[in-house]
Amino acid sequence: MSLSVPAAAADPFADKPSVLEVDGLVKHFPITQGIVFQRKVGAVKAVDGVSFNLREGETLGIVGESGCGKSTLAKLLMRLEEPDAGSVKFRGEDFLSVKGDELRRLRRKIQIIFQDPYTSLNPRMSVGDIIAEPFKLHPEEKPKQGIRNRVKELLDLVGLNPEHINRYPHQFSGGQRQRIGIARGLALNPDVIICDEPVSALDVSVQAQVMNLLDDLQKEFGLSYIFIAHDLSVVRHISDRVGVMYLGKLAELGTQDEIYSGPAHPYTQALLSAVPLPDPTLRGAREQIVLQGDPPNPANPPSGCRFRTRCWKATEICATQEPELISRGQITQLSACHHAEQNEKVIPAHG
Amino acid sequence: MSETHRPEARVEPIDSTIEPAGEPAKNKKVEEASLLADAWRSLRKNPWFIISAVLLVLFLSMAIFPQLFTNNDPRECLLGRSRQAPSAEHWFGTDIQGCDYYSRVIYGARNSIAVGFIVAIGTFIIAVLLGLVAGYFGSWVDAVISRFTDMVFAVPYILGALVFLNVLESRGVREVAFVLIVFMWPTMTRLMRGSVISVVNSEFVLAARALGAGPITIMRRHILPNSLGPVIGYATVFTGIIIGAEATLTFLGVGLQLPAISWGLQLSDAQPFLQTVPHLLLFPVIFVGLTVFAFMTMGDAIRDALDPKSKK
Repeated sequence: MSLSVPAAAADPFADKPSVLEVDGLVKHFPITQGIVFQRKVGAVKAVDGVSFNLREGETLGIVGESGCGKSTLAKLLMRLEEPDAGSVKFRGEDFLSVKGDELRRLRRKIQIIFQDPYTSLNPRMSVGDIIAEPFKLHPEEKPKQGIRNRVKELLDLVGLNPEHINRYPHQFSGGQRQRIGIARGLALNPDVIICDEPVSALDVSVQAQVMNLLDDLQKEFGLSYIFIAHDLSVVRHISDRVGVMYLGKLAELGTQDEIYSGPAHPYTQALLSAVPLPDPTLRGAREQIVLQGDPPNPANPPSGCRFRTRCWKATEICATQEPELISRGQITQLSACHHAEQNEKVIPAHG
Repeated sequence: MSETHRPEARVEPIDSTIEPAGEPAKNKKVEEASLLADAWRSLRKNPWFIISAVLLVLFLSMAIFPQLFTNNDPRECLLGRSRQAPSAEHWFGTDIQGCDYYSRVIYGARNSIAVGFIVAIGTFIIAVLLGLVAGYFGSWVDAVISRFTDMVFAVPYILGALVFLNVLESRGVREVAFVLIVFMWPTMTRLMRGSVISVVNSEFVLAARALGAGPITIMRRHILPNSLGPVIGYATVFTGIIIGAEATLTFLGVGLQLPAISWGLQLSDAQPFLQTVPHLLLFPVIFVGLTVFAFMTMGDAIRDALDPKSKK
């Protein structure tokens, strides 16, 4: 079995240093009752123990359905929300405990691109002011050639006309606005860019342009991406490694090849079997897994394995023992399932 | 496609292909799209704005330079010509004291508009500060400010003003304006708070936070410019409301006092003679009505012009 996939298993980033190490990240949002004296009656377990590392120049894709905690994870990594437990280390430095100037210095190194290009740009600021804002907030990084020239360079870099520096966001299309957001993210020369569904709001044709731009920028500047999306084919296109999230936990984590050609977790298999196929002759040639029911309430997740309520493989052990995210038997990727088993039948014959 | 000539498209989203950088700069006049430039463009086309602007210019010049409109001294009163009907000499007739009523109505604009502006500006400052702080920080800060606002809001301004102004011996513009500010700031504060809350969770605010911007920077650069629109519009309408409120309080006998000249006092003095000399009531009512109308129409037009969602 291990011999059947020899070259593909080799990880090109194996010897690269980690830029971001995430360990046991937890964020629970309290549910309160009462108007004056609020008491806590429960908690939405948005992110509940997520661990991974991101290596230099690598793209880690995070997929999962709506409400599984992907965007909360992005906010935790940006320190837009404070986690309840766990650690995030940037090049060995603890990102979660730094304050003041140290925090400002580290913030420059981790930037974010938002989902909705229509709300992520201040409608009252010109493009030049939007992209110049990072330099205003971090005067130490003021470019030598002058802020305005640097902004023009950045516009050029993301494929926009530098002459449009005085225009306002509403004068641009969705794809162009997303490029403006990318230029803002690049301004301070970050090491890590967290892309929170950066193409979900765009047309398919524009999606490709923006993803190619992200790809080119990665090659040029050696950026590491955390690419959050719910579209499996988008994630496949851009990611080196993929993590599959379900109800605030990682269900499976492995290289793009491992996940897409030999998914081991039943949830991943179900997701992949639902990807629409462009080739009609291939339809029916694969096993389709249709999940029953809705995701459980994240305020009251099932005991043991969180996926067991919708899993066709679930047995007694799934209800009592929570599966760890580990490498199991012959399976090279990490999977959080007691019954993990690679299943290529959900993948179309080729593609 | 890129070779064929493309019609000049300035406002519509630009084609996603990059235009050649060396394009001649002469037809490249990029349309300004700042808050004010945008608002001004849409205001110019609004007939209601033009009507209200003309009226306001008229009333404001009346308030600042009343001598431009009349050569008569409003305080030169001859009891011998008391309660005359309108004539060529006295356009609006004369009042009980025999003063030229036209010049008194003209001179009355100043106090009414002064009260309107002082109260509107004072309320605007309070509302923007409190609304911004409450809406941005939320949680207990918001709870304290909002509950306090609700408490003041629960007191009808007429009642509050009656009680407070009644105990004052002498009441001028300052006293009346102060009491009106004290009882009328809650509405605008609530509006500002709501306006702030609607932008405080926008992604561009998150983006600024992710860059390490502090609360002051975020409020000044991102939240204020995006939340002031409705409040500026309301403040203009509010000026009209206050002018009406001042006339009401003065009419009720707790506002400005003689020898001040004000529309409210004129209404109050004219009341007993409604059936015999109705023009004494008519002219100040027309002036109060037109001023309030002008401010309210102007406020509506400004609010629409400043609303980013009304943009094509």
